[in-house]
Amino acid sequence: MAASNHVSHGHHGHDDAHGSLKSYVVGFGLSILLTLASFGTVMSGAVPHHLMMPGIVVFAVAQLLVQLVFFLHMGTSPGKRGNLAIMLFTLLILAIVVVGSLWVLHNMNVNMMHPALPQMPTE
Amino acid sequence: MFGKLTLSAIPFDQPIIMGTLLMVMLGGAALLGFVTYQRKWAYLWSEWFTTVDHKKIGVMYIIMALVMLLRGFADAIMMRTQQAMASADAAGYLPPHHYDQVFTAHGDIMIFFMAMPFITGLMNLIVPLQIGARDVAYPFLNSLSFWLTAGGVVLIMASLFIGDFAATGWLAYPPLSELKFSPGVGVDYYIWSLQLSGLGTTLSGINFIVTILKMRAPGMTLMKMPVFTWTALVTNILIVAAFPVLTVALALLGADRYLGMHFFTNDAGGNAMMYVNLIWIWGHPEVYILILPCFGAYSEIISTFSGKPLFGYKSMVYATAAIGVLSFLVWLHHFFTMGSGANVNAFFGIMTMIISVPTGVKLFNWLFTMYRGRVRFTVPVLWTIGFMVTFVIGGVTGVLMAVPGADFVLHNSLFLIAHFHNTIIGGVVFGCLAAMNYWFPKAFGFKLAERWGKASFWCWLVGFYVAFMPLYILGLKGMTRRMNHYANPDWQPYLVVALIGAVIILFGIFFTVLQLYVSVRDRVTLRDPSGDPWGGRTLEWSTSSPAPFYNFAVLPQVRELDQFWTDKQDGVAYMRPNRYEDIHMPRNTGVGVFMGLFGVVLGFALTWHIWWMAALGLAGMVGSFLVRVYDRDTDYWVPAAEVERIERARLAPLQKVGLVKVAVSSEDEQKAA
Repeated sequence: MAASNHVSHGHHGHDDAHGSLKSYVVGFGLSILLTLASFGTVMSGAVPHHLMMPGIVVFAVAQLLVQLVFFLHMGTSPGKRGNLAIMLFTLLILAIVVVGSLWVLHNMNVNMMHPALPQMPTE
Repeated sequence: MFGKLTLSAIPFDQPIIMGTLLMVMLGGAALLGFVTYQRKWAYLWSEWFTTVDHKKIGVMYIIMALVMLLRGFADAIMMRTQQAMASADAAGYLPPHHYDQVFTAHGDIMIFFMAMPFITGLMNLIVPLQIGARDVAYPFLNSLSFWLTAGGVVLIMASLFIGDFAATGWLAYPPLSELKFSPGVGVDYYIWSLQLSGLGTTLSGINFIVTILKMRAPGMTLMKMPVFTWTALVTNILIVAAFPVLTVALALLGADRYLGMHFFTNDAGGNAMMYVNLIWIWGHPEVYILILPCFGAYSEIISTFSGKPLFGYKSMVYATAAIGVLSFLVWLHHFFTMGSGANVNAFFGIMTMIISVPTGVKLFNWLFTMYRGRVRFTVPVLWTIGFMVTFVIGGVTGVLMAVPGADFVLHNSLFLIAHFHNTIIGGVVFGCLAAMNYWFPKAFGFKLAERWGKASFWCWLVGFYVAFMPLYILGLKGMTRRMNHYANPDWQPYLVVALIGAVIILFGIFFTVLQLYVSVRDRVTLRDPSGDPWGGRTLEWSTSSPAPFYNFAVLPQVRELDQFWTDKQDGVAYMRPNRYEDIHMPRNTGVGVFMGLFGVVLGFALTWHIWWMAALGLAGMVGSFLVRVYDRDTDYWVPAAEVERIERARLAPLQKVGLVKVAVSSEDEQKAA
């Protein structure tokens, strides 16, 4: 029996969830451009010194977004919404865990470790 | 050669442990002998151990959970007995060091090796059937998850007889769990058994998210998904988000103990509070990981046996999702007393009160589902109603402790112990047993005997109240948890009552075992020929009982929630298609078994510092995995003729009563449309 007779069940992924050649080329081009722009900001000498740092930060964030949209297939179209939701949820949990832990432990230190008191003897 | 391991690691001088060891060895020998005598080894190996069928893996998880329930309960009744005895001048029968291990093992076994396997087993058994899929997304990974969890079970059981277990409490807080204060192997057993099973849990979490998101039957949008599958989805998202935190916290503790680092030590800049913080960032989502699938099971049960669609399906879904997110915002209520300021405590106190709201929504939904329904008081319904009453009490005492001021009085008291047993027994254990009674026919093709199921329920319910209500009172009187001995004789009567409660629960467990025995004995009269013993609403009831290994001969088409119910109303539930197709299925593999086995070797060797053996275990795990990676023969096709033969045999008796209709094929349907 030829394998082509077999209809593969169970995978209902939308084509939308994957990239096309065009989107990969555009993404690749944009990342190269942004990389060059970052190096250019620092190395060309045309950018004033106090704008260098903000400049490369802006390019870095743009680079991140390009990678997310073109290579990790995030977006608002039906096929990509799932990826976006998972990414946002992950960011939310990470933010809760990191910010929450810092807040909790910092607050605890402020409350419990009074600098005015003599240091407890440690071993 | 053998690291820290010597013959003196076996506690020959402890009559209780040696007695248990003797029993286990005799029982084990009897079991092995029976299997050998019946010549069932080949059958067990090829049909069960190496299986990648989600239903069989689910059954193995649940059997493991029931066995571990016995172990965990044995620990519980030992503690109750000790506390009923050890008042004032009496010392009881358990020395403190042994008692501390017993309460630690009780907590770890009940959460990690009873409750978790039970809900993972239920999800395995039911989720693919409910969404009309033929297996999970990664069948081999599923088998691997099970065997890794089983490896964790083997390690924690080994700690009973070889060496000792952690004596730190179930979460092994540092600095007590650090090398300086726990120099033995107990905490190492703890770390490696939890790492092994935690890895298995994380992998099965990934597996189920992909299964639910990618493998639903055509037409089943998210909002047409049965509510149990919804709760399973949220639970698995929580697993994937929370379990890595546990893995990291235990790895850091391991680094402290093995590599001389100072993450949580008292000196050199360590911060033990960070461990407590991390472990509860995992720990609070964990309690919702356990309870959400049980909520899902209750929802299915109450709607089926009330003969009505679930009241407020959408609010149920939103409540589940809300609990999922909020469960990450309440962890600090486990350590209000650790010294945070008023702002921090107030924030987490208020979040804790808020998280009870979606649970309240669910409760009203269940009540309104029953309202004006024709409720059939079967065993699963009894468990559900028992849950609703009991869980509300547990929830209310929980909200009470969410007030930081009140918590300062009640923290680590028996009030807390009563509270969380109130929710975990009343919620998770009742839920698992309800679900077991409800879905048992789908796994085995016959129902469980009602009579002993009801006896079990009443013993559990009454036993629970007798055992735990006195603990609330004792907590208010100031008795703290984990006491090996107490000087206040006023407490003793309450603890004697609590012991009586535990004995009543023992009868409940005994009746569950009896129920299983009687049901297997009477399986012919209890048979479920239709595949739909309760008048079910969701897709798992549309296939035969037990479900064929491919689940569905033809993948169901879904247009609405409760599709199977609608199909029954329209008289199209039992269609015989005029043509069957070949079915693509995964092949069994023993690699999961070997990886679990080498995992045990690795964990045991690391516990005892036997480095060559640890290398062997790791190499074995990686090696078995590589064997799997290069295995090209991982799937096969079931010929259409074979499917047709199985389906005809199933439909023949249904045809006699006139249920079965012959379907027009979907192409013909399209032509007609």
